[in-house]
Amino acid sequence: MSAAPGTFAVTLRDLERRFGDFVAVNRVSLDVRQGEIFGFLGPNGAGKSTTIRMLCGLLEPSGGQGTVAGLDIRTQREEIKRSIGYMSQKFSLYDDLTVEENIDFFSGIYRVSREKKTERKAWVLDMAHLQEHRRTRTGLLPGGWKQRLSLGCALLHEPRVLFLDEPTSGVDPLSRRSFWDLIYQMASEGVTVFVTTHYMEEAEYCDRLGLIYRGELVALGTPGEMKGGLMADQVLRVSCGRSHEALGVAAAVAGVRDAALFGRDIHLMTEDAEALAPRLRRTLEEGGFQVGAVERITPSLEDVFVSLIEARDRADGAQKEFKA
Amino acid sequence: MLERLYHMLVKEFIQVLRNPRMRAVLFVMPVAQIIIIGYAVNTDVRHVPMAVYDLDRTPATRDLIARFEGSGCFDVVRRITSEPEIQKVLDSGEAKAVLRLNRGFAEALSGGGSAQAQFLLDGSDSNTASVALTYASRISADFNRSLLEQRFARSAGVRLDAEPVTLATRAWFNANLDSRNYFVPGVLAMLVAVLSIILSSMSIVREREVGTMEQIMVTPIGRLEFILGKTIPFAVIGFADVALIALITVFWFRVPMLGFPPILFLGTGLYLLSTLGVGLFISTVSSTQQQAMMTAFFFMLPAFMLSGFVYPIANMPRVVQLLTYLNPLRYYLVIIRGVFLKGLGLEVLWPQMLALTALGTIMLLLAAGRFRKTMG
Repeated sequence: MSAAPGTFAVTLRDLERRFGDFVAVNRVSLDVRQGEIFGFLGPNGAGKSTTIRMLCGLLEPSGGQGTVAGLDIRTQREEIKRSIGYMSQKFSLYDDLTVEENIDFFSGIYRVSREKKTERKAWVLDMAHLQEHRRTRTGLLPGGWKQRLSLGCALLHEPRVLFLDEPTSGVDPLSRRSFWDLIYQMASEGVTVFVTTHYMEEAEYCDRLGLIYRGELVALGTPGEMKGGLMADQVLRVSCGRSHEALGVAAAVAGVRDAALFGRDIHLMTEDAEALAPRLRRTLEEGGFQVGAVERITPSLEDVFVSLIEARDRADGAQKEFKA
Repeated sequence: MLERLYHMLVKEFIQVLRNPRMRAVLFVMPVAQIIIIGYAVNTDVRHVPMAVYDLDRTPATRDLIARFEGSGCFDVVRRITSEPEIQKVLDSGEAKAVLRLNRGFAEALSGGGSAQAQFLLDGSDSNTASVALTYASRISADFNRSLLEQRFARSAGVRLDAEPVTLATRAWFNANLDSRNYFVPGVLAMLVAVLSIILSSMSIVREREVGTMEQIMVTPIGRLEFILGKTIPFAVIGFADVALIALITVFWFRVPMLGFPPILFLGTGLYLLSTLGVGLFISTVSSTQQQAMMTAFFFMLPAFMLSGFVYPIANMPRVVQLLTYLNPLRYYLVIIRGVFLKGLGLEVLWPQMLALTALGTIMLLLAAGRFRKTMG
């Protein structure tokens, strides 16, 4: 099942899924390279889980095509299941079985060969740091440990592609960090990782990102590309006293598209930061605010996503008015 | 196939048997229930409370009353002294029957004539009332006969010997007409139905509710492997329960076991096939455990009523009778009563066995067909 380097682990063409009238995933096309960590981002309900479920053979697509590990997601669902690992946001091992029993169960279901079973089990226990807790009931383990065990069970059969649906939601930051170390380790061994998240710092860890919003793919690229070129707006950081009150004043200045508080600073979205900066300083100072630095900054991923999503909302709004 | 099934079975058995509460439900509850219910299911009518309104107070009336008391069917709980009291004891339920003997009862009899005795019955429980009525008529017939014998002996000087016709009755299969022998095996059938249907109806939907189902669905496990993995453990547990309850039925309640026990086990296997099929089908069409529970009860109540457990199927309207053909309980009751009380074998019970096989196979296939490895 090892494909040549440079080939794609996942390809999607106009993938679509409707639930009645509701379009959950709207003509999504993307490719994920072998061995890549691909981050799939978007707000809740944007269609992340629906997409991932179609890729894992849990949901039938309503339209479009797709392949996973070279297999068709419409016709080869059971074959796909043999070559992928899947872990969802909800912990889904058996709470009433011990750590070891869960591992044995899943390696039996995946029909890991007899010779390999012991080795894989040792690997999972080691990877999840659960050697001493092998006889503990899984339900008694803390959240982060459960997630590691869950990941281990999804990897027992050494899948080529790993799907993680919000794997770290509800896990403390330290465990989240060590969880990502495992993901890196997987990727370095050639496993393709397709992961959804809504933690921005996790998005930074990915090789490439796709942003999905209301079922549509609105952006695709590396984190660097996203921060560099994808955003139409520029970001201006203003540090000033009484920033709470200043926010309202700044938002009303002509040319400001959006204003938000970031700690004690204000971040402003604008088309032309150079032109806005002096005008803004003047307005704020006239309003009696102590203004410090006003500078253009590289946007964070969060800035990029907020701006992209708002741009999409504006475009949709304009379209609706046009239609009316 | 076998490897995956084996791992499914290991997992299911661990899950069922590890939970102490579950163990109690599976093995303590049925034993407790058969013992308690076994004593309760009894339609024999004995010791009917009765009141007597004796206005005559003569040896003749005392003789008649003594015959009522001596029959074992009636207990005289009260002697009434006034008319309105009759109404009162029947209303309050203190007595289910009242025997009223008017003044002049003995006089009429000794004159060679006929005397009236009034027997009032609380008919609200029609079954008990009609049985009590039968007993009462038999007692008065006995009383009449001995009276006639006395009169005949007095006038003819010889004893009247035999009755012209004597009916020699003998009840086969249940010599003492002990209703418990008939009902306790039925209780066994009900207990097994409750256990197997409730457990299996919860089993798949529980995995769906907890979220483990999603994880199972992304594995290459086959539908049949999954369904069998869910069926077999409950079938094994069902067998264990039947064996346990059957032992209590035979050794505690002394219900005769005339048949060949393996026939009973064959019937039980086929019966479990259909009850588990029903349960699993309910589980595949429900989205929460609560829903599954409700649906299971919705199925079980009519299944018990229309099984012939209490109400004979032969007495039901034709349409309802047709409906009972879909009820696995109906066939199993025939098998279990047949094996226990009549010692029947396959040569008689094969139609019931066949019907259970068909019902079970259809239900399991329906459940397997409903079970999809996709969501939504």
